Amino acid sequence: MTDLSVASTARRPTFDVDAIRQDFPILSQQVNGKPLVYLDNGASAQKPEAVLNAMDRYYREMHSNVHRGAHTLGDRATSAFEGARDTVREFLNAKSTREIIWTRGTTEAINLVANGLAPRLKAGDEILVSHMEHHANIVPWQMIAERTGAKVVPIQVTPEGELDLESFTSLLNDRTRVLAITHVSNVLGTVNPVAALIEQAKARGIITLVDGAQAVPHYQPDVQALGCDFYVFSSHKLFGPTGIGVLYGKAQLLEELPPYQGGGEMIERVSFERTTWNTLPYKFEAGTPAIAEAVGLGAAINYLNGLDRQAMEAAETALLERANQLVETVPGMKIIGTAKQKVPVMSFKIAGLHPSDIGTLLDQQGIAIRTGHHCAMPLMDFYGVPGTARASFAFYNTLDEVDALFTALQKVQRLFA
Amino acid sequence: MTASEQDFLNNPLGKDTTLEDVLDGFELLDDWEERYAFIIDLGKQLPAFPDESRVEENYVHGCQSQVWVIHHYDDTSGRLYLLIDSDAMIVRGLAAIILVALNGKTPRDLLATDIDELFEQLDLFRHISPTRGNGLRAMVGKIRDIAAAEVAGSAN
Repeated sequence: MTDLSVASTARRPTFDVDAIRQDFPILSQQVNGKPLVYLDNGASAQKPEAVLNAMDRYYREMHSNVHRGAHTLGDRATSAFEGARDTVREFLNAKSTREIIWTRGTTEAINLVANGLAPRLKAGDEILVSHMEHHANIVPWQMIAERTGAKVVPIQVTPEGELDLESFTSLLNDRTRVLAITHVSNVLGTVNPVAALIEQAKARGIITLVDGAQAVPHYQPDVQALGCDFYVFSSHKLFGPTGIGVLYGKAQLLEELPPYQGGGEMIERVSFERTTWNTLPYKFEAGTPAIAEAVGLGAAINYLNGLDRQAMEAAETALLERANQLVETVPGMKIIGTAKQKVPVMSFKIAGLHPSDIGTLLDQQGIAIRTGHHCAMPLMDFYGVPGTARASFAFYNTLDEVDALFTALQKVQRLFA
Repeated sequence: MTASEQDFLNNPLGKDTTLEDVLDGFELLDDWEERYAFIIDLGKQLPAFPDESRVEENYVHGCQSQVWVIHHYDDTSGRLYLLIDSDAMIVRGLAAIILVALNGKTPRDLLATDIDELFEQLDLFRHISPTRGNGLRAMVGKIRDIAAAEVAGSAN
């Protein structure tokens, strides 16, 4: 007997999730003989048909290298590629496409910024991150700290999984040069009050970077309103293809930073005596870029623009509320991360069970979640767990899928009892 | 407390619980739930593992969970005895299956055992994710390294 009696109190989303699911071909399959329930969106989200079609059409009708060919295909490719850049600019509300740099993803974007800022850092300088960062927003800073003698300092996290704002304030000092902070925690789902942190940091002339990888699938950020110097995210978590991501940077800072990689496209003129750099954004885009992927990301954003963003957020909130209500139906289940402001991400443990046991037995029931340390080992240490199980929802998930997760968890719990 | 010789020799896996028991047991199971319940039960037969042996030297890399292997080579019988530990229950069960197949054999016999064939017989890999399969192979790899070292040691 499955007890899901609290179901009736849940709010139904107002937008048509069944219709939306039709846009994502991968979702309508069976896994291990059960309908796929994909709850690993925090690791990577699925792609709507519009993205697949845009990439397919690009290769069939317009592929060529960009910014080069004195021919029609070259013009088409360039126009699709630069069109995608403008779509991203609009998505972030950046002032200019000069501020939108293509990278391979969030990780590369942070590495680019860290390396670019390295020449400004000296021994004793401090780089402020938080205890809830993904390794991608810790390790690049540690690497340049090693090179420069600077120090990486973590802002503390409360047991509920919120940033400890007192810790933040007390750590700000005259040696702080960089604040690199995640907008949303990949493990806890916590939405951090980044605007307030940036404001305090800016008042001290500190350079700010926001890791938006987990935020953009749920919220549309406004980089001008946030006031950050850099904002980075990956396409594949935003329902676009893998292999491409975005670095937004304020034009003036980007002008000042040295190039990251050398090669074609990023130069203005090369000679053995003196090489000069191309203008923004190309200065940071050495080599032939991921053109089809840029087009795919543009298509993903256009697809999202066609949805009712408010209804979508309400639906996501309903998913999380429903999940929270059902926690008590699984004996020994405990949520890790109970911040007031959360995206629909639920990290949890079940007494006596290893996360990998939970993941394996959910997979048998067609349910995909993530288990492990989530590339956030410092946070795992903080909670004293080897890892967690994490269900991360997207707007195409349904309340029925939340129910299916809990029915499956009850079964898992019984198997081990 | 370190593991005594008796701790190794008393391990029921490969002695009281035999490969035939496991193969027969598996044959009767027809859905994933029963199969995993059986694996989890097997894992409960793993003898206690000494705390101070949970060290890097005995650690098996490449598993999602933490896994340790220790061994005792019995000079009189020429047989190799193993203890395995993990913090994940399914992994403990898989470790038990490995022990049923490999525990208490001479190192040469152990190295001659085709464990992949056993996994195929049990139809294990079809039901186990690729990541878990890698962990299983890592565990077997560590045990084979131990056996190979014993063979090399006795040849000198």
